[in-house]
Amino acid sequence: MADRLDEVEVANKRAPVIEPGYTFGSITDKISSIVLTRPTSLGWVVGFGAGFLVTMMLLFALGYLFIKGTGIWGINIPIGWGFAIVNFVWWIGIGHAGTLISAILLLLRQSWRNSINRFAEAMALFAVASAGIFPLVHTGRPWLAYWMVPYPNTMNYWPQFRSPLVWDVFAVSTYFTISLLFWFIGLIPDLATLRDRAENKYARMSYGLLAMGWRGSARHWARYESAYLLLAGLATPLVLSVHTVVSFDFAVGIVPGWHTTIFPPYFVAGAIYSGFAMVLMLAIPIRKIYNLEDFITDRHLQNSAKVMLATGWIVAYGYAIEAFSGWYGGNRYDQALLWNRLHGPYASVYWMLLICNIFIPQVLWIRKMRTNPVWLFLISFVILVGMWLERFVIVVLSLSRDFVTSSWGMYYPTRWDWMTYFGTIGMFLTAMFLFVRILPMISIFEMRTLLPEAEVKAE
Amino acid sequence: MKRVPTYGIMAEFASAQDLVVAARHTHEAGYRKIDAFSPFPVEELADAIGFHKNSVPLVTLIGAIVGGLTGYLMQYWMAVVSYPVNVGGRPYHSWPSFIIVTFEMTILFGGVSAVFGMLALNGLPMPYHPVFNVPRFALASKDRFFLIVFATDPKYDANGTRQFLEGLHARSISEVPG
Amino acid sequence: MENGKSKREDVCPSKKLNRADVERQLTETKGPEYWRSLEELAGSPEFQDMLHREFPKGASEWVDSVSRRGFLRLMGASLAMAGMTGCTKLPVQEIVPYVRQPEQLIPGVAMYYATAFTLSGYANPLLVESHLGRPTKIEGNNLHPASLSGTDVFAQASILGMYDPDRSQAITHLGDVDSWAAFAKEIKGALAAQKTLGGAGIRILTQTISSPTMKDQMHAFLAMYPKAKWHVYEPANRDNVLEGAKLAFGQPVETRYDFSKADVIVSLDADFLYAGFPGNTRYIRDFASRRNPDAEMSRLYVVESTPSSTGVKADHRLPLRAVEIEKFAFALANDLGAGPTENVASVEWAKFFDAVVKDLGAHKERCVVVAGDHQPPVVHELAHAINVQLGNVGKTVVYTDPVNANPVNQTESLRDLVSDMRAGNVDLLVIMGGNPVYDAPADLGFGDCVKNSKVGLRVYHGLYENETAELCHWNVNEAHYLEAWSDARAYDGMVSLVQPLIAPLYAGKSAHEMLSALIGVSDASGYDIVRGYWQKQNAGPEFEAWWRKTLNDGFVEGSAYTPKVVSLKPLSLPAAPIVDANSDANSLEINLRRDPSVYDGQFANNGWLQELPKPMSKLTWDNAVLMGPRMADREGIKTMDVVTLELGGRKITGPVWIQAGHPDHSVTVHLGYGRRKAGRAGTGAGFDAYALRTTNALWFATGGKLTKTGDHYQLASTQGYQTMDTGDGATRPLVREATLEEYRKEPKFAKEDEPPPTLTLYPGFDYKKSPDAWGMTIDLNACVGCNNCIVACQSENNIAVVGKEQVVKGRHMHWIRVDAYYQGDRDSPKAHFQPVPCMQCENAPCELVCPVGATVHSSEGLNDMVYNRCVGTRYCSNNCPYKVRRFNFLLFQDWETPQYKLMRNPDVSVRSRGVMEKCTYCVQRITERRINAETAAVRENRDFKIEDGSLQTACQQSCPADAIVFGNINDPTSRVAKLKALDRNYGLLADLNTRPRTTYLAEIRNPNPELEA
Repeated sequence: MADRLDEVEVANKRAPVIEPGYTFGSITDKISSIVLTRPTSLGWVVGFGAGFLVTMMLLFALGYLFIKGTGIWGINIPIGWGFAIVNFVWWIGIGHAGTLISAILLLLRQSWRNSINRFAEAMALFAVASAGIFPLVHTGRPWLAYWMVPYPNTMNYWPQFRSPLVWDVFAVSTYFTISLLFWFIGLIPDLATLRDRAENKYARMSYGLLAMGWRGSARHWARYESAYLLLAGLATPLVLSVHTVVSFDFAVGIVPGWHTTIFPPYFVAGAIYSGFAMVLMLAIPIRKIYNLEDFITDRHLQNSAKVMLATGWIVAYGYAIEAFSGWYGGNRYDQALLWNRLHGPYASVYWMLLICNIFIPQVLWIRKMRTNPVWLFLISFVILVGMWLERFVIVVLSLSRDFVTSSWGMYYPTRWDWMTYFGTIGMFLTAMFLFVRILPMISIFEMRTLLPEAEVKAE
Repeated sequence: MKRVPTYGIMAEFASAQDLVVAARHTHEAGYRKIDAFSPFPVEELADAIGFHKNSVPLVTLIGAIVGGLTGYLMQYWMAVVSYPVNVGGRPYHSWPSFIIVTFEMTILFGGVSAVFGMLALNGLPMPYHPVFNVPRFALASKDRFFLIVFATDPKYDANGTRQFLEGLHARSISEVPG
Repeated sequence: MENGKSKREDVCPSKKLNRADVERQLTETKGPEYWRSLEELAGSPEFQDMLHREFPKGASEWVDSVSRRGFLRLMGASLAMAGMTGCTKLPVQEIVPYVRQPEQLIPGVAMYYATAFTLSGYANPLLVESHLGRPTKIEGNNLHPASLSGTDVFAQASILGMYDPDRSQAITHLGDVDSWAAFAKEIKGALAAQKTLGGAGIRILTQTISSPTMKDQMHAFLAMYPKAKWHVYEPANRDNVLEGAKLAFGQPVETRYDFSKADVIVSLDADFLYAGFPGNTRYIRDFASRRNPDAEMSRLYVVESTPSSTGVKADHRLPLRAVEIEKFAFALANDLGAGPTENVASVEWAKFFDAVVKDLGAHKERCVVVAGDHQPPVVHELAHAINVQLGNVGKTVVYTDPVNANPVNQTESLRDLVSDMRAGNVDLLVIMGGNPVYDAPADLGFGDCVKNSKVGLRVYHGLYENETAELCHWNVNEAHYLEAWSDARAYDGMVSLVQPLIAPLYAGKSAHEMLSALIGVSDASGYDIVRGYWQKQNAGPEFEAWWRKTLNDGFVEGSAYTPKVVSLKPLSLPAAPIVDANSDANSLEINLRRDPSVYDGQFANNGWLQELPKPMSKLTWDNAVLMGPRMADREGIKTMDVVTLELGGRKITGPVWIQAGHPDHSVTVHLGYGRRKAGRAGTGAGFDAYALRTTNALWFATGGKLTKTGDHYQLASTQGYQTMDTGDGATRPLVREATLEEYRKEPKFAKEDEPPPTLTLYPGFDYKKSPDAWGMTIDLNACVGCNNCIVACQSENNIAVVGKEQVVKGRHMHWIRVDAYYQGDRDSPKAHFQPVPCMQCENAPCELVCPVGATVHSSEGLNDMVYNRCVGTRYCSNNCPYKVRRFNFLLFQDWETPQYKLMRNPDVSVRSRGVMEKCTYCVQRITERRINAETAAVRENRDFKIEDGSLQTACQQSCPADAIVFGNINDPTSRVAKLKALDRNYGLLADLNTRPRTTYLAEIRNPNPELEA
């Protein structure tokens, strides 16, 4: 534990990861009380209700989609992919922050992660779930989408493993499974804590069942810690691979604007970029409402802001390289694409995305901005919008004008496109509301380890 | 009514520090069937109670290897043996395309075996356990630290062990009914 | 009483349904729902109630024909349903199969019958494919010199016309269904009354007729009623040609051209390479045969008033307002010593003109001047004079008797009819075919005349209950040409026999049966009439054999007109062109033209033609006001702005389409749209331009006025972008072209940036192993953008019609498209056509990305679509650089309408919603030919081979230019292999290393060096 202590001391010279004056007991009570004793507030009910209604709208939009067909969307030939794929990539990207924080920062011994990893992981899970909807429903015959999974069938025919879409199926499902396990494993000791604190019989029973009889035995802790570290070790390359694979959906294609080798790194960077933006957009209101400023301190906001600044620059580099190779490569189609981005019918979208993703976030260089929750919240929002626009430019703009000019086209989203998109946001929020209500949104046992008392000195 | 046999004797400590020291002494004193409980992982503790054999990494490794092989062989069999077909003029065995699924399967199997291996080795889920019969043990998931000597330990003897533990400045000693 | 009343109120509570409601419900529901709603409607108590309210009184007030008809359509349609279900009725009389005897009919094996489709009197000789008695596909009669297996779009699409569920389906009298017997009885009575007057009150109005049998019947009738009159009218008439011939030769002669002998061709506003121009099918073949740069290449000059596909093929094109073409013709005649003096040294086209004069002069007897149907008689006269002067007569131009059986001036003929009706001299009017109420010149007011005249009995005999039928007492439903016996003359006078492929679906009557009823024999069958006529022509014992052979071949041997010797009359011309007062350069000229898709409006309800992109604008489902870019800029008009055109007090309003290459101060509007009663596809599409058409300006007039209304109207074009030059200045080498000199200097110019076959990470797939490897070449030099391939493909492969909204969204389903590209000066651009089917790439990018392997490669190199396997990710389409894949975004196919079920090709699966589809190289034909070859081989126990040429794709077969060649590229002796070996051969976007199996032969132009400089 030595290094963790140093970390805390070092931290204390800056903004602390956890405000002083807490004990094992007080941490436990503060966090568990949110779930166990805090009365359900009207705000929560309203928020949850709103999210739920929007989710119903999603179901309505999907129902109509299944009845009529994908023709209710704005897609066409040449633009065979529209909002569905844009949203898919956007959500998957957001889903990266969770695992990144819980796994990579764990390996890097960034103990400040302890107070945000739990809900970051939950956020990631729900984001991936929202993303998962789109590849299924965007197909022309969604009731047959399971054909992308290898299973013995009477046709004796298998998925076509050269297709990036099949890679997606494996990458995304693996990512979801591993994130889920990671999240659940992290929850077990806290579930035990809730089990031992819950007054309500049924709550005690359900937490008890989920805790699986965890009793904090030294042997268990030993295996637990190694399993947790191994999982982190496995999740780290995984999280990097998932968005790489998603980027292959485009990079493997021959469409100008898709067929480029820079995609994997800059997709991953973009994913982390938008992921942290989403974490901040959730953390800032949550720590205010549940007054957790002592646990989620300005230090956390600062660090997240710095991460966004860094990844933002990687993304910017990606844009620059794309433009440069388009101009320098001398390929007439890439040149046309560059021109099309800057002056074409969708130019405004491209400029908007540059403003949102590159110019505005630069204010994060200013310390005041990094520590001001309101500003951070707004900037995060801008970044999320920007990242969505980036995917729109990649998917729609590239398809709208490719090789044969006679087949150029335009894409106009219909109300069904919008309803599906906002619907998933509603679903995501609904899930988040439920999560903060019934599960400890901060990892209690990992918070305990941040206290000096957790330290054992060798005799 | 018949008196239930004892499962062991449990001592409660105020800090991780005390627990580690106590555990070490107990182990040095020759007690082998002992265990310690803490509300958060304490690295030194495992060593203190003499627990060194952790096979989770091995399980994970095996899982990962199996996953990787499954992934590649599955694709090879499906694309080359079971239903070879000319796709875009590519060879049946397009190995570069098969790497990704292989990789994902490796991670999936590795991760799953790490988690379920850990649970299995820990004997979880186990909703009932005698230590839960000690009322104060509920604090083990909050801010208290416990050390238990099992009745099955050869050196175990109800009074001797209790006195020995009291010698370790335990805040309280309680008998765990079996 | 009170109780009773209130009771009744309760029984049907305020939900009374009247005819108007039924009518509305029926018009509102289109396609599949149409039929469903029928049943629902028929069942509903409101409907029953309505019947009770309607029947007793309704019958008397027939005048209210519209609503009456709505109600009627209901009955007719449900009758049709009854007749439709599981019906494949073979004709009663024996008809002779082209390939085998009917008694050898094998289920699953198609048979081919020779017949002919007639348009404006000219026959298009056809072979029609029949599956178990259901005609499914139209093909050209390869034995007939007028076809040589080519067709035109109207013939191709006519099969959909036969199965059109909106066809008139019953004989009606005053709007009620009635019987043929009743009609015969009534007409007998009316004729009896006329007998004494010598038929003075009888008028028969037909369209242009070339059928010898019909002519014979007409004369028989007129013999019986000497005072009766036979009027002829159709909007796309050739009065100008006729009058021109009369001016030049004093007699109406047919002019036939031979472009295979012409080194220099000058078109004076003649679009002789597109459907509608008599003989176009053969002309296209002849023209294309002289565009081979490796042989002796002809040169084409086109002077035209509106951009046409002929203009696209021109080596030199001069956009000129229609009025000025007369001036040009004068000058030409003058400088070639054929005509009066006219100096053009001043005008801006002098350079072009001088070159033409030189070139013509240098190619005496090997050149030809062609005048367009819509140019005034004087231009035709001048053209004749020039051809005579240059000694082309007998070489590139021959004159024959007119194909038209009654070569009268149709405009005058109609004018007479109208004045007779006004004067009340008409008691019995029989309108056979056509739709004069809709398409007669506006100034004649034909419609009002019919409505208000005192004509006692008005009979309409036609395919549809159209605007004209609605004003007639009796409405006899006509049998479609695929259901009836007849005959007709092709452009060369050769007679084709028209055999029915199927018994009339709705017991319709042919024109012959109708006429024979007028003559007094109401029960004569079309078969007896036609056969009877020909028996008279060649009586004798061997008639039976002759008859069978003729039916088998589809045409009467040696019936083609022989060239006629005519002498040029001294030019009866003023010394200078009759310069129209308004024809000064700034007066707006309005051109009215036949529509490339719906012709004069008779094909308005044909979905295939409505959705067929017009060759130049690629517009579908609408007509538009075409104007040149310069004019649009000057008037500040954008595409799809709505404008009002005014001419002599008459007005029409329609959207603008900016058409590159259109002459300035001139607009073109296509006729045939704005139909009030066409059917589910045609009603309400576009706007009616006949409202501007008057007898003194049938085709064009100056002095028009154009005003913006400020409205905006959505037009549906299938082509996204009509140039290869993109904004960034990069030019895309899609169509590759060179001049003849350049080509001779640099024969391999088209091969640029083709990668070496070794340029790949993987070893390529070896197709040499399989006996057949299919490939295709498309000769861009031959292709004239006639659109045949599109319709042929649609018919062969059961391709759905999606409707205007979907076309606007970019979801049309054509498996082969013809792209039109414009280059350079937008007011006088260079233009190209490029047909694009699936390229069947060997390294298919689409296959690689399909997650479920729904598109994979066959051992013969076909890029196969497995519909059943497709889940519809559309990834393949995104990754297709040619964008030839088509997706069923919604349920585009009509699965309910029974007629369409009969029409479909049973060898091709009908695609459902959510599935990707595309060109298959007509894999069903490949398989069929392979089976045939194999069975034959097995019989003679030898190993089999699909003979080159025995296998043709649908697009190839119907291509009049022979631009598409398909075959086995593994066989070096095959035609396609030889063509692929040419220097001109190049792969589209070959630099992507997709290795397309479909390749193009680059375009070579033969410009006049003088004009190039």
